[in-house]
Amino acid sequence: MREIAYQRAGSVDEAVQAAAQPEAALLAGGTSLVDLMKLEVLNPARVVDVTRLDLSRIEARPDGIRLGATATNSAVATHPEVKRRLPALSEALLSGASPQLRNVATVAGNLMQRTRCAYYRDLSTRCNKRSPGAGCDALDGWTRMHAILGGSEQCIAAHPSDMCVALAALDATIHVRGPRGERDIPFGDFHLLPGDHPEREFALDAGELVTWVFVPATAAAARSRYLKIRDRLSYAFALASCAAALEVANGRIQVARIALGGVGTKPWRPLEAEQTLVGQAPRPEAFRRAADVALRNARPRRDNAFKVELAKRTLIRALTLSAEGA
Amino acid sequence: MPENPKDDGLGRREFLVVGAATVAAACAGGGPARRDATAASGPGEPMDIALVVNGERRSLRIDPRTTLLDLLRENLGLTGTKKGCDMGQCGACTVLADGTRIDSCLALAAQYDGRSVTTIEGLAKDGALHPAQEAFLQEDAFQCGYCTPGQILSCIGFLHEGSGATDADIREGMSGNLCRCGAYPNIVAAVRGLRGRT
Repeated sequence: MREIAYQRAGSVDEAVQAAAQPEAALLAGGTSLVDLMKLEVLNPARVVDVTRLDLSRIEARPDGIRLGATATNSAVATHPEVKRRLPALSEALLSGASPQLRNVATVAGNLMQRTRCAYYRDLSTRCNKRSPGAGCDALDGWTRMHAILGGSEQCIAAHPSDMCVALAALDATIHVRGPRGERDIPFGDFHLLPGDHPEREFALDAGELVTWVFVPATAAAARSRYLKIRDRLSYAFALASCAAALEVANGRIQVARIALGGVGTKPWRPLEAEQTLVGQAPRPEAFRRAADVALRNARPRRDNAFKVELAKRTLIRALTLSAEGA
Repeated sequence: MPENPKDDGLGRREFLVVGAATVAAACAGGGPARRDATAASGPGEPMDIALVVNGERRSLRIDPRTTLLDLLRENLGLTGTKKGCDMGQCGACTVLADGTRIDSCLALAAQYDGRSVTTIEGLAKDGALHPAQEAFLQEDAFQCGYCTPGQILSCIGFLHEGSGATDADIREGMSGNLCRCGAYPNIVAAVRGLRGRT
């Protein structure tokens, strides 16, 4: 790890000011940042510790739940109102990492979790995300864990988060504060596609700090489910995952929300697939059609072609689970 | 190699511990511990922190890059907490921070200024082992022992979190601690026996 200056922020304004400095990084649980600093993949000159700020509250409101930026993954996952009104979020969090990591990893840290692409983490290989313009050794490399949706000729790194998949399906909003004030970012706009600039990962300006995430507690959200398929049953990243939320009335789907994990370069929300479900009976044929639409533009590579069918089946199963509760 | 490592006067472990203690002593009283909400170090500058380790207040001057794991092992000589993968995957470095289990390898020590940390060395009281230590002995829940301190601290944290009712819950709850000897069945048995007791 390179030399750092450590600064413990005493207020949100101080954190914003410090984070706006060049080569500064915000530090919460440290489970991503400290790991990547040890590997010298991320090399901030100054880390700004935000864990002592009053940002960890989880507030249940009539229309939804507000998750403080530094609320831990454990605290959110086990919160009774989250479990009751946003079950997919609880299930997603509990399917990720290990208990020790969840006890310190935070909401905002999880939003900004970096890819687990092996080439990104290995300084001896070329990576456009780590060193813009260097090239990408993943493209012709071992691609079993890589994305089949949203990739570019510069980057096919999969987004690793489980929490973000649930938040994408649940239409969350991210509230940030920066040098020019506060604003809301719709969840789907927060993570950027790699395109020609895979090094740009978030729609945040310099000095902007996530302060909370708001998740609407809808009828569909109360029946949401998260299903994760991986190489072993615990403590592994997703090969494919799906958060699904259905609202069914009079035998017809009124509202459908779907997001996929493990297969996209960002938490993947197949809006067209959702639209095919509205007005349909919650039956396997409708789910299969939605799955085909969701994966229509998949671009698998040598080692991850299996993910196309795996993601479809995961999506169908997650929709089935949500329908069973609806 | 001499059979008794003490034949050459000083074993490797003793040498390391003595060395670390000397460093810790040199740093003790090296400045007032910062208790305020804000704290800062300049680039590459050392910083002063104070934390309670196994019930004892320790003041140290550290490089801000120091992880909690390295602080325990190198600065304080508490080598019971093990360094396995050093990247949050194996759980050998598990400690309790204010009663919650964490991986100390991914924690910057500076973040634990003013907080309380419990390691394997802090579990036995008045010469009596902690019930979790007893349970691991009773069930033969280890072979080489390298992962065991982390397993035991993780087990205590898991029981505080409200362990589930089934063996599957135990396996999931303990999944952040790898045992390459494969002592898992006996680890599950040890945790099972402790449920409802601690």
